[in-house]
Amino acid sequence: MSAPSRKFRFVSTDRRVREDRRFVVGKGRFAADIALAATKHVALVTCDHPAARILRIDKTEALALTGVHYVLDGRELAGATSPLLAGLDTPNVPRRPLAVDVARYSGEWVAAVVADTRAIAEDAAELVHVDYEPLPFVLDGEEAYAPGSPLVHEAHGSNVLLDRTFVWGEVERDFAASPHRLAFKVKWGRSSTVPVETFGVVASWDPWREMLDVYASIQMPRFPDQVALALKLPGSAVRVHNDVDVGGSYGVKRGIKHTVLAGHLARRLGFPVRLIEDRLENMRGGDAHGPERNFDIEVAFDDLGVIRSMKMRALDNVGAYAGRSPFQLGKPVSAIVGPYCIKSVQYQAIAVVSNKTTQEAVRAFGQGPTNYAIERTLEEVAWHRGLDRLEVRRRNLIRAEQFPYLIPSGTTYDSGDYHAVIDKVLARADYSALVAERDRLRGQGLLAGIGIAACLEPSGANSTFEPLLNPKNETTTYSEGCRITVDVSGAVTANIHTVSAGQGHETLVGTVVGEVLEIDPDRIRVVRPDSLSSLPSQSPVGSRMAIMLGGAAFHAAQKLKARLIAIAAHDLKIPPERAVYENGDVFDRSAPQTRRSWIELVTIAHRYFHRLPPDTEPGLAFSHIIQVPMGGTLPTPDGRVQIYPCFAFEFHLVLISIDPDLGKPEIRRWLVGHDCGTVINPKIVRGMTMGGIAHGIGAALYEEFAYNGEGQLVAQSFMDYLLPSAHEVPEVEIVHHETPSPHTVFGQKGSGESGYLGAPAAIASAVNDAIRPLGIVVSSLPIKIAQLGDMIADARERIANSE
Amino acid sequence: MRVELTVNGAIHAVDVEPRLSLLDCLRDKLLLTGAHAGCEHGVCGACTVLIDGTPVRSCLMFAVQADGYAITTIEGLSPGPGELSLIQDAFCETHGMQCGYCTPAMILTAHALLAGNPTPTRAEIVEAISGNICRCTGYAQIVEAIALAAERMRGLNQPAIAPVSRP
Repeated sequence: MSAPSRKFRFVSTDRRVREDRRFVVGKGRFAADIALAATKHVALVTCDHPAARILRIDKTEALALTGVHYVLDGRELAGATSPLLAGLDTPNVPRRPLAVDVARYSGEWVAAVVADTRAIAEDAAELVHVDYEPLPFVLDGEEAYAPGSPLVHEAHGSNVLLDRTFVWGEVERDFAASPHRLAFKVKWGRSSTVPVETFGVVASWDPWREMLDVYASIQMPRFPDQVALALKLPGSAVRVHNDVDVGGSYGVKRGIKHTVLAGHLARRLGFPVRLIEDRLENMRGGDAHGPERNFDIEVAFDDLGVIRSMKMRALDNVGAYAGRSPFQLGKPVSAIVGPYCIKSVQYQAIAVVSNKTTQEAVRAFGQGPTNYAIERTLEEVAWHRGLDRLEVRRRNLIRAEQFPYLIPSGTTYDSGDYHAVIDKVLARADYSALVAERDRLRGQGLLAGIGIAACLEPSGANSTFEPLLNPKNETTTYSEGCRITVDVSGAVTANIHTVSAGQGHETLVGTVVGEVLEIDPDRIRVVRPDSLSSLPSQSPVGSRMAIMLGGAAFHAAQKLKARLIAIAAHDLKIPPERAVYENGDVFDRSAPQTRRSWIELVTIAHRYFHRLPPDTEPGLAFSHIIQVPMGGTLPTPDGRVQIYPCFAFEFHLVLISIDPDLGKPEIRRWLVGHDCGTVINPKIVRGMTMGGIAHGIGAALYEEFAYNGEGQLVAQSFMDYLLPSAHEVPEVEIVHHETPSPHTVFGQKGSGESGYLGAPAAIASAVNDAIRPLGIVVSSLPIKIAQLGDMIADARERIANSE
Repeated sequence: MRVELTVNGAIHAVDVEPRLSLLDCLRDKLLLTGAHAGCEHGVCGACTVLIDGTPVRSCLMFAVQADGYAITTIEGLSPGPGELSLIQDAFCETHGMQCGYCTPAMILTAHALLAGNPTPTRAEIVEAISGNICRCTGYAQIVEAIALAAERMRGLNQPAIAPVSRP
């Protein structure tokens, strides 16, 4: 299915993104733009040791400074609040906004200072004197896993939060029956999404209304609920305002500890409190680092490079506390074989704590590292057999006629035509010319390589990784709601119930509702009521909003349309099946001149009860809360599960050259084939793809939260943590393909993650193609220029000495 | 200290602490919140404003240093309520943004580039915005927006030879 199966009026057309108008004039409404009267400001006192007992906190000097209102420490906060919600069942690993008695990573918040201005609060933070007793610490994940390691949380008894081995299919038999086996290690370094806007929150408590108002830069499921639980408030006493623009998130804008801290301070002090991280607070203590994952892979395959079975051990170093991040080992279960036919899989998922900054959800929720490991497996098999890397992929890829395709871990992939996408990319690239260009560069004395990577983007997230990894959790839904009203003037307003961080949800909903109602999407107002006026929403995580919010909006609009048809049929005294809806009007199929206009129908609904069908509510207000397609069942005891309904596909092809003296890679060409089913807005999907690739380039070549041996984070600013600029991101040629999903209203799939899922694997593949002739490979990301340069120099020296 | 800041053509007298950055002054004292704090150490460029037409990081400049210069913020570019400048409209046409946080600074940087170079090459556009980090877009649609704006500005039938300015 390479052509769209249906034609749309607005869906898939190149419409502008409505959110853009406010951003280009500087009228976005970000958390730091919200200025409530009499707001005071928070700065944080942080621990400089990777692990230390807090002996004494002396606030005297800080409190003496003019303009300082309060210094809050961890014990006081812990006395008034509950620990933050953890994903796994780990009651002895409590996580709180401020350290209590023991601090567990360098940069952890120990106390919070509240003052008239942020500058005064920062001055005072330096005057809070904390006495510490340094404790033994552990930084490396494997060391933390090994017996005898210093314990990050002594009461937990070990550093292991999760260690579960899944076996799906006849793994040992398939290994024994395969003529070839390989074992190797790869590593994904600690990086993150690092939005340009840091996390920010403004909290205000009204003790007479008993209401906590929260304005925050968030992207987090169950956010209001978690804030209320931690603050020991009823859910109805926490009002989170969704009409706040978020300056980038890509997963990490969770801010739960920030909000609990600010919320408590607002209640304790009686005035609004604002906490806007500075960059250092964000990078050290903001708890927004991403996965740091070691893979041990064994793979069994035949002479042709067809993989029969795979054993994967993934150990993730989640940092000092358990939030939701260990679940990032659960998402990969939903695409554990990537786009390939692998009959049996053993998967050991290990999450350990260490004395590093706490990890948070990052774009693709753990699938980025795993996809890199899977793609590397294909490359190793090809190299081992002396086969072409593309051909080995073709032999292993699931074929179009095999869909729907059940993978060993219990997920059914919805649709795809991977071979067709790859063929299109190779044709666009003129692959043989690309190979010739690589060889020409090699002839010039450069190292040059072609990178190849496929990836699957599981999309439309359910939260079934929770019961998969936490037996006390029975979550089987991850609903999303939309409400549509038509007022008495005939204007349409759609309500959405989440904040957005640049994904264009207002445009999405306007387009979908316009499509169903056959009216100009620009005439549809989209608003974001606060959390107390909202339908259920799980926020835009897991590449889910095109599927889930788009689906909810579609069904709500269908209900509205059905009501208009029913009113018209009744008023025209015709059977409903003869009533035809067209552009907002309804007419009699047998007598098209007999009709009711939109405004007549709206007027009947709102004002002429006597003309409504029997038992019809007056007014026009329709809600729909959608369940995740394919969802609703718990995982099987052996961990087979359908978490995501839809699977988008991408194929990356890149040409990289490396200056052998510097080790500096230069990306010379980049093509990507992209299939996310029906595209709702081409501008948005293109931006997601490009942004994901840029983010993947960062993770592959530049970005790392590096620590020194003393447990100090050494990448603390944008001088050390390098975000790709316009110079580092090449032009990318995007080749489109469209395989609609059978599970969604328009055939759409998610598109927010594929670029990031495929790009790091593609770069690693290209670099290895370039340096394999020297007898070396890189097996960890990021591939830093200095490290690559040293490897190349050593290899050349070895070759020179042996000649 | 009392300073007089000329922002978007209007003169504002403000009392500031000497240590107050121009960024914080614009945002907190003048309520011009289109300039954003990103890193506050001069790398990300989200705080960019124009000083006498040149892009400057307002997080690295004290408000007191800006006395006497013509400061242009994003709020000064829109021709009127509800209207967009040609560059702003071009960013909407190509969707040269996602979250919108770096966008005002990108547009001011583009404004400065196109004021001095009506026919920038792709390389010149990339060079001009290379001091502005965008984490969302991968830059492609931003580069296109600036190229589109340049093309449209050239189509405005303006004189090819700049008029002699009056003293």
